[in-house]
Amino acid sequence: MAYNMVVLVKQVPDTQNITGQAMKEDGTVNRAALPAIFNPEDLNALEEALRIKEQSGGKITVITMGPPSAAEVLRESLYRGADDVILLSDRKFAGADTLATSYALCLAIKKLAAYDLVLCGRQAIDGDTAQVGPQTAEKLGINQITFVDRILELKDRSITAERSIEGGYEIVKAQLPILLTITDEANIPRPPAAKKVLAYKYAVTPAEINNYDEEYLRANEIEASNVIIKLWDHEEIGAAEAHCGLAGSPTKVKQIESVVLEAGEFKQIENSKAGFETLIKELMHEHIIG
Amino acid sequence: MQTNEVWVYIEQNNGKIAEVSLELLGKATVLAEKLQGNVSAVLPGSNVKSLTKTLFTYGADKVYLVDQHILKDYTTLPYAKVVVDLIKTYQPQIVLYGATTTGRDLAPRIASELRVGLTADCTNLQIGDYTFKEKDYQDILYQIRPAFGGNIIATIVSPEHRPQMATVREGVMKMNPPDASREGEVIEYQAEIPTELLITEIVKKFQQEKTVNLKGANIIVSGGVGVGSKENFKLIHALAHVLGGEVGGSRAAVDAGFIGKEHQVGQTGTTVRPKLYMAIGISGQIQHMAGMNQASRIVAINSDPHAPIFQIAHYGIVGDLHEVVPKFIEVFKSLKK
Repeated sequence: MAYNMVVLVKQVPDTQNITGQAMKEDGTVNRAALPAIFNPEDLNALEEALRIKEQSGGKITVITMGPPSAAEVLRESLYRGADDVILLSDRKFAGADTLATSYALCLAIKKLAAYDLVLCGRQAIDGDTAQVGPQTAEKLGINQITFVDRILELKDRSITAERSIEGGYEIVKAQLPILLTITDEANIPRPPAAKKVLAYKYAVTPAEINNYDEEYLRANEIEASNVIIKLWDHEEIGAAEAHCGLAGSPTKVKQIESVVLEAGEFKQIENSKAGFETLIKELMHEHIIG
Repeated sequence: MQTNEVWVYIEQNNGKIAEVSLELLGKATVLAEKLQGNVSAVLPGSNVKSLTKTLFTYGADKVYLVDQHILKDYTTLPYAKVVVDLIKTYQPQIVLYGATTTGRDLAPRIASELRVGLTADCTNLQIGDYTFKEKDYQDILYQIRPAFGGNIIATIVSPEHRPQMATVREGVMKMNPPDASREGEVIEYQAEIPTELLITEIVKKFQQEKTVNLKGANIIVSGGVGVGSKENFKLIHALAHVLGGEVGGSRAAVDAGFIGKEHQVGQTGTTVRPKLYMAIGISGQIQHMAGMNQASRIVAINSDPHAPIFQIAHYGIVGDLHEVVPKFIEVFKSLKK
């Protein structure tokens, strides 16, 4: 049978590759200078959906919530084979914690005709909370399998998957509809397909087409048919303002400190046998080794 | 009525309590003292009554015991139902969970259903006051956690919702010294679990005892991506062997496949506090350094004299590890004789 799939993705600052340019003089990170990327494990989730579609057929809808610039991860999704893409963007969504995020995502998913599977990455590298997946499942009122390393079988309405647990794995079987959170062990995500990049390079949201100047639109032959990325705000999904964004978030950030690890007393050890001898003797003397 | 109880969700697997749960009882003891409340353990499972003694020994004043055959294996929906029902009935102030694959599956589900806040992977928890929109909140749980790949530390609060909930990784909090004379109250609770929640079947479970004990190691020799290959990692193993230590690795080394994930040191792996930490070919991503900078002595070996790791090291050796490590082993062996 064919499956209707929803993949939840996020655009994140690339916190894993912080280069010198992103460091301020006081040793803290200039977050604005970090490149925005497709959250790595969300790519694994998309890849898993694409494989299911190749095997069984179906439709893949990718949803992201974020600022207008997050449309980029939706273009990236189109390049890889997504059928339909939706950007949830609204000032009202700003400052959402995981609870308010899952509220909006749930309403967006419910607006779709039908779904069998919801897939998302295990966690996003900016917050590393791994909470939005399970919370979205709860709000949808469906079952979940988290930390999925492998989908072993998908047959009719039944799914068997391997999920990682401490020091091993477990194989669980459950029924659709279900939400899966996918780890980076699951697959190696495919690169964008050249043909699709050409086709969707200028896929835009209704807001983007209004913001570009005429010359840019003409030069790139962008017209109404390029408005492929749906743009939904809080009214479109029927969200109550009080449950969106900062207002709908029980958690508040009280304080943020940059981590500057303190330097201890430092001794340069000469790269020689004599140097090592001094070091080892010192460590032995302090009963640290020996 | 809201109580001042601090709850710890007790994770157990075939009657074995997860270490992180006992560690959390230690932290809960400190928090409960500040709140002038008590420490309660929530223990769902099948045939787990005998575990209550251990929970008292490590700091619980009270155990909410839900001993039902149906709860033999952890699956999301029935367990979430049990904990949600307990929270609604007994109204704790704070609930803590281990940030394990179970805790991270369960806690967000519970938070969503109760519409309360949840902070993942806290590295510190404190009680303090908070002012927001000219309103003062007293004795709020400060949920302190790294974010942005460990580059910032954020203090999160959830002032208006109860319970305040957080997950904490294993190895971050300290257990209370066991006190076998401690006793407490057991509250047996019978949960109603509708059959429509019993829809996940555990087909197979494979779990090995931890073969790597980074948390308890006195000496850790860690390699980074600078080691270059899995083959070269033999040098790290060799040095760890002669020093009698454990082998660790940075996330980059684990991602590159040089060493298994169970060896990963850092905020995203295991937080360690050994007497000696040797960082070899590790440049020093913040999330790594924050997971090992409590070591009594840090020796860094790196060919790049500007590697950030030298900023937190006590001893630095600039040089090619292929040359440094064998020489270091040779000198150590000769001195040991």
